[in-house]
Amino acid sequence: MKILVPVKRVTDPDNANKMKVSPDGARVTSDGLEWKLNPFDEYAVETALRLNENAASGDRLGEVIVVSLGPDEVQTTLRQPLAMGVDRGILVKSDDAAIDSGVVARALKSIVESEKPDLVLMGKQAVDGDSNSAGQMLAELLGWPMATFAMSIHAEDGGKALRVGREVDTGVLTVKVTLPAIVTVDLRIVSPSAVKNGVTPDAHVYNEGARYASLKGIMAAKKKAIDLKSLADVGGGAAVVKYAKFELPAARSGQVTYVADVAELVNKLKTEAKVL
Amino acid sequence: MTDVLVVAELLDGGLRKNTLSAVTFAKQVAAGTGGAFDILAIGVGAQAAADQAAGYGARKVLVAEIDGGYLAETYAPTVAELGKSYGVVAATASTFGKDLMPRVAARLDAGVASDIAEVLIDGSTLTYKRPMYAGNVFGWCTISSAQQVVSVRQTEFEAAAESGGASPTETVTVASPSSDRIAFISLEAAKNERPELTEAAIVVSGGRALKSSDNFHSVLEPLVDAFGAAMGASRAACDAGYVPNDLQVGQTGKVVAPKLYVAVGISGAIQHLAGMKGSKTIVAINTDKEAPIAQVADYFLVADLFKAVPEMTAEVKRVRAAG
Repeated sequence: MKILVPVKRVTDPDNANKMKVSPDGARVTSDGLEWKLNPFDEYAVETALRLNENAASGDRLGEVIVVSLGPDEVQTTLRQPLAMGVDRGILVKSDDAAIDSGVVARALKSIVESEKPDLVLMGKQAVDGDSNSAGQMLAELLGWPMATFAMSIHAEDGGKALRVGREVDTGVLTVKVTLPAIVTVDLRIVSPSAVKNGVTPDAHVYNEGARYASLKGIMAAKKKAIDLKSLADVGGGAAVVKYAKFELPAARSGQVTYVADVAELVNKLKTEAKVL
Repeated sequence: MTDVLVVAELLDGGLRKNTLSAVTFAKQVAAGTGGAFDILAIGVGAQAAADQAAGYGARKVLVAEIDGGYLAETYAPTVAELGKSYGVVAATASTFGKDLMPRVAARLDAGVASDIAEVLIDGSTLTYKRPMYAGNVFGWCTISSAQQVVSVRQTEFEAAAESGGASPTETVTVASPSSDRIAFISLEAAKNERPELTEAAIVVSGGRALKSSDNFHSVLEPLVDAFGAAMGASRAACDAGYVPNDLQVGQTGKVVAPKLYVAVGISGAIQHLAGMKGSKTIVAINTDKEAPIAQVADYFLVADLFKAVPEMTAEVKRVRAAG
């Protein structure tokens, strides 16, 4: 099947506590921090590759395309999925601060209409804005079925439908979607047996997590095409969610109190913190 | 004057309690703008849920009985159609709210603010505070579309208390689904008898220092149950295979903010702190008093967990039994 994977570059989530806010509160700044592929999107890329390969023979079963919105430099971030095995990329040039989930969804709708993928696979959320909205909005704009928070995907009906296990608060909610559809992925989708495409032998066990790019993959990625578009090309429109101000969370109230033993600890939880 | 429609979450044919956080938000907006709020009970058992929702001061409670399991595709058109008559459409930011509300927003051509922690009301302008970067930054945003769609962080909005009285209920028309290419197959309830991680009042998490899956079971779980808590884990413990990944607390796992968080044998990698530092009281049990978890801990017991945790289990049981 043809799979489109929308991805976003985010500031290194392992250093998210080093994010700063400009003195006037107007901007979030990440000076000195690295840009990384959003972890959930990296898992979506891995999932797309698993769905579109015969892991036993190494044969590819269909095209995987990544698309992103952001400044020119996002091309560097797109080389990672290309090195992992994605075929080509699309970058819609835009200013991160001027777009919201609705703009992203409208832009992706336009890309979907021109690329006609069978499946859009994306992370459940980007770990910068933490909105968890673009996939659902895209699904509604397209009138497509969706399965968010996917922790397992099994192809059915010869690849024309997917049975998706969704990780919800109360357990696992399983749905069957007939393609074309949208699936957003959660952490467990990269477990060793979470994805079964009906071609790779069912007994195949993947390594936990997303694959690393091989040296050969990295070399090949340099030659893969990244198609550049403008936001106007894809009819993104204007943002309606606007941020007036950013602030850092208040520092935690006090210093840490070192307690001598378990009895003192439990006593303080009861009488001082009043949580018991 | 801003009217708010609260979309209730249903569970087992009744009202799910987390809905009451969205009700609190709706009450704030209604009171602050001179508007009113209504509650929509939608799904299987909507009438029963509506009866339960009638005691919270809503102008009215709307009832949309829909058969089959929950699917955003079947709920969103009805919610959006009703939502046209309101300034704000809100739900609690559970997996239900997060799944459904952006679809509703897209249908209304509205902006969405997810997981809001606070609302500021200035005349008719609503400004929402929401956590970003896993709670390391807060952003204040406004939404300029005709309707505003929000999901409300349960840990930041206290559950509404019953206010007495009974709101009138009204059955509404169910709109046709936005896609029929999806089927609900099953909802397999977590076999976990403990509270759900993101909702628990107390969370006890274990790290790599527990050394094995068996130790999570024999050492940590008794403490978890003595507290009546949910169990979590660090990414290192999940990656080592001691516990399944769905217990992971952190930037890429679950973000929790209970009233008490107990970190056992967790050094406190940034990615873990990002997922739990919003907790009201944080306890660390660790052999290394300089461990980064000390940056966020309120109480720190420097001890070998294999000795301290069983002692603490006994002590917590004793104190709780004594009331």
